Amino acid sequence: MFPKELLSSTMAAISPLLSVKPTRGLVDEKIQIIVRNLPARFPVTLHSLYLSEDKDYWEAFGHYTSDNRGTVTVSEHASVGGTYEGTEPMGLLWSMQPVPGSRTGLRLRKMNVLTPMVVHISVFSGHVTEGFSKQSPLATVVIERWYLAPGVRRIDIKEDGITGTLFLPSGPGPFPGVLDLWGGGGGLVEYRSALLASHGFVSMALEYFSTEKNRASNLHIKYFEKAFRIVQEHPLVMKDNVALFGLSLGTSITLHMAAYSKAVSPRCCVCVSGSHVQPINSPFKDVSEKFQENGSKIRVDEDGCLIWKDIILPIPTDPGLKVDMGRIKCPVILIVGEDDQSWATVESAEDMTQMMRAAGNEHLLTTFRYPGAGHLIEPPYTPHVRASNFIVQPIRQKVTMLWGGYPKPHASAQEDSWEEILRFLQQHLYPSQDSVPKAKL
Amino acid sequence: MFPNKLLSSTMATISPLLSVKPTRGLVDEKIQIIVRNVPPRFPVTLHSLFHSEDKDYWEAFGHYTSDNRGTVTVSEHASVGGTYEGTEPMGLLWSMHPAPGSRTGLRLRKMNVLTPMVVHISVYSGHVTEGFSKQSPLATVDIERWYLAPGVRRIDIRDEEVKGTLFIPPGTKGPGPFPGVLDLWGGGGGLVEYRSALLASHGFVSMALEYISTEKNRASNLHIKYFEKAFRIVQEHPLVMKDSVALFGLSLGTSITLHMAAYSKAVSPRCCVCVSGSHVQPINSPFKDVSEKFQENRHKIRFDEEGGVIWKDIMLPIPTDPGLKVDMGRIKCPVILIVGEDDQNLAAVESAEDLTQMMRAAGNEHLLTTFRYPGAGHLIEPPYTPHVRASKFMVHQTGEKVTMLWGGYPKPHASAQEDSWEKILRFLQQHLYPSQDSVPKAKL
Repeated sequence: MFPKELLSSTMAAISPLLSVKPTRGLVDEKIQIIVRNLPARFPVTLHSLYLSEDKDYWEAFGHYTSDNRGTVTVSEHASVGGTYEGTEPMGLLWSMQPVPGSRTGLRLRKMNVLTPMVVHISVFSGHVTEGFSKQSPLATVVIERWYLAPGVRRIDIKEDGITGTLFLPSGPGPFPGVLDLWGGGGGLVEYRSALLASHGFVSMALEYFSTEKNRASNLHIKYFEKAFRIVQEHPLVMKDNVALFGLSLGTSITLHMAAYSKAVSPRCCVCVSGSHVQPINSPFKDVSEKFQENGSKIRVDEDGCLIWKDIILPIPTDPGLKVDMGRIKCPVILIVGEDDQSWATVESAEDMTQMMRAAGNEHLLTTFRYPGAGHLIEPPYTPHVRASNFIVQPIRQKVTMLWGGYPKPHASAQEDSWEEILRFLQQHLYPSQDSVPKAKL
Repeated sequence: MFPNKLLSSTMATISPLLSVKPTRGLVDEKIQIIVRNVPPRFPVTLHSLFHSEDKDYWEAFGHYTSDNRGTVTVSEHASVGGTYEGTEPMGLLWSMHPAPGSRTGLRLRKMNVLTPMVVHISVYSGHVTEGFSKQSPLATVDIERWYLAPGVRRIDIRDEEVKGTLFIPPGTKGPGPFPGVLDLWGGGGGLVEYRSALLASHGFVSMALEYISTEKNRASNLHIKYFEKAFRIVQEHPLVMKDSVALFGLSLGTSITLHMAAYSKAVSPRCCVCVSGSHVQPINSPFKDVSEKFQENRHKIRFDEEGGVIWKDIMLPIPTDPGLKVDMGRIKCPVILIVGEDDQNLAAVESAEDLTQMMRAAGNEHLLTTFRYPGAGHLIEPPYTPHVRASKFMVHQTGEKVTMLWGGYPKPHASAQEDSWEKILRFLQQHLYPSQDSVPKAKL
């Protein structure tokens, strides 16, 4: 590292310039980071800092050396150390982790989508690994990351017993629709729907496991069918172009409805980190209890984190214990993290594929498997966590859940799968799009 | 225009796609507008709509025909009609005018810089010239135009009777120090923040200063000491490099700027930005009396055929008496001069010629860079907000409400705003950030 005195006299006449573009963007937009006016071959650290809604600090950093012109271009130069390595244009966002001294078991989620995530990007002199808050950076740029594009409207839905949030793109429509189903963590999670609306889909985030003590959960299939119809019947929605989008338990619901619902017919289905394994001969609403019956298969790792993966293993041969995939009539995209420790999604994907092959509808299925990715495959660039605090609904038990995955492959999975999902939705929900490549589906 | 039914069956399977990028940007950032998936060789209208803080609607529109692939790319295709013509990437913003039926004499200004301007960009089928609100567009994208970059802080200054607003570029404990700017608007008065907000978004600590009060119970203050105090507030701020503070003036603000650069013993600007201004002012009486001195030439005020007031001749002919203009030879710092050749409010062209001659005679002409813009008027502001040739104005000295003729025409004025802003930022970066390799070594 340069001694401070030499640094001061070298730097006095030249101000380092840090450029981050765009300063306001959607969370799935890439950023370009360039540092200029450094001395040549000078070590610097690029650093990101974010204060979450839960008041925790998250940070990431990468170690760089400027080139002969005193420039660092993050999309072209490699980080040689820090929370990410290599040439990683988005590394300062996806590799963020709680700062030293933080509470444990954290997960980064933006619950209020009406405001942006505000991230401070700074460049520090030298290769710094800790104590960033005690040093003065050479330059700082503040950026905003939005889940909501301008003009997208957010509407509370409390109708007919349904609790959800509807997001409408700006403009006259009509638009395709999405019913957006999260997993067993419960509550009303809006950010994926906000982002989908920012990409031109009417999307409703649905709450079915309430996190409030005085509210019942609702896992009756009729509840989901009602929610689907609310989207479908909205005046701005093309009623034949409504998709189901599920993650984890949301995928279980999605596949059940696609195969068995007489009331609704999704145009296509997005199934992330989920399985077709579920008891078919009892009401869907009892599915949690059925999973609980296999509680003995839950393992615990050396840090005390719960591994739920084995609950549905081995994949049953009994047809009464899994969705009859042969009944599915619409295109399905399946997103699987190969290091998923929460649900046996790899084994489920293989079994689903075999069932559809045998039934003759395999042409409807597209699967993307991501080595090194875990369970929580979400929209890109927010950080991966391998385990986090979780409240098991509806019994409200607090555990630390092992999700699996490793930062870099999980980040790649989020980036790639989101692109594939948007393309899939555009292809099947907007007919005759010349701009969409004719893929297998 | 295609009949609606033919349109519906053609369009049924293909949704027109309208893309505007970025959807959130600074007001001086360019936007890229592309329409896809309309039929080939299809007439469309691109339209913009803005609801101002004063609750007026402003709109612009351009008529296009899609190419063989059913695409319209605004940066490459020409508008053949509307509020702008030709290949104009930013035409939908700078050519906005009040919607039919609006009040008259309007001027578009964003007074609250903490929120963005929200503009609705739409594409309509056919070449539409009116009644946009009664038709359904094919697609709409909303965009936000911000004067404030993320992280820029806005601070009210109420310090020893100096009233202003300070804007500081981001960085919590630093970094900085930053260069500074004292930002002086013209005789319209009030506290106008948006240019300072934008300067801070480009890395300058900038203070917008109020010196002509629009409130009844607050006096105006045109004493030079007031401006010197304000300059020192910027200079002495812990995040400001004290030897790198500029004066930035428009109109009467330029008069103040030149006066201070030439005569102030208390402050020394590192450089000066002078927009739409003049060096003509009485030197032998206190600066604060400058308005009264202008009033003595009231008889030179003219009117156009619509009753718009033309103030240009008040200072013509440019005096030869040295007691009636700033001694430009005393100026020791670089000056950039921005002049609209159709300025009807102030004799900016004649003043520029005279002050150039004075500096040539005094041997300091090398400090001066002048940019003259044919067809531009008086109100040369940051780019892409619409030009108005005349607007309502309150003359504070007399309390009169008039319609002031500013001059200029939409397209050349828009070009002047775009080009001059770029030149001004480069000038400030060159002189306030020493040894910048990335800044071209210009004449200054």
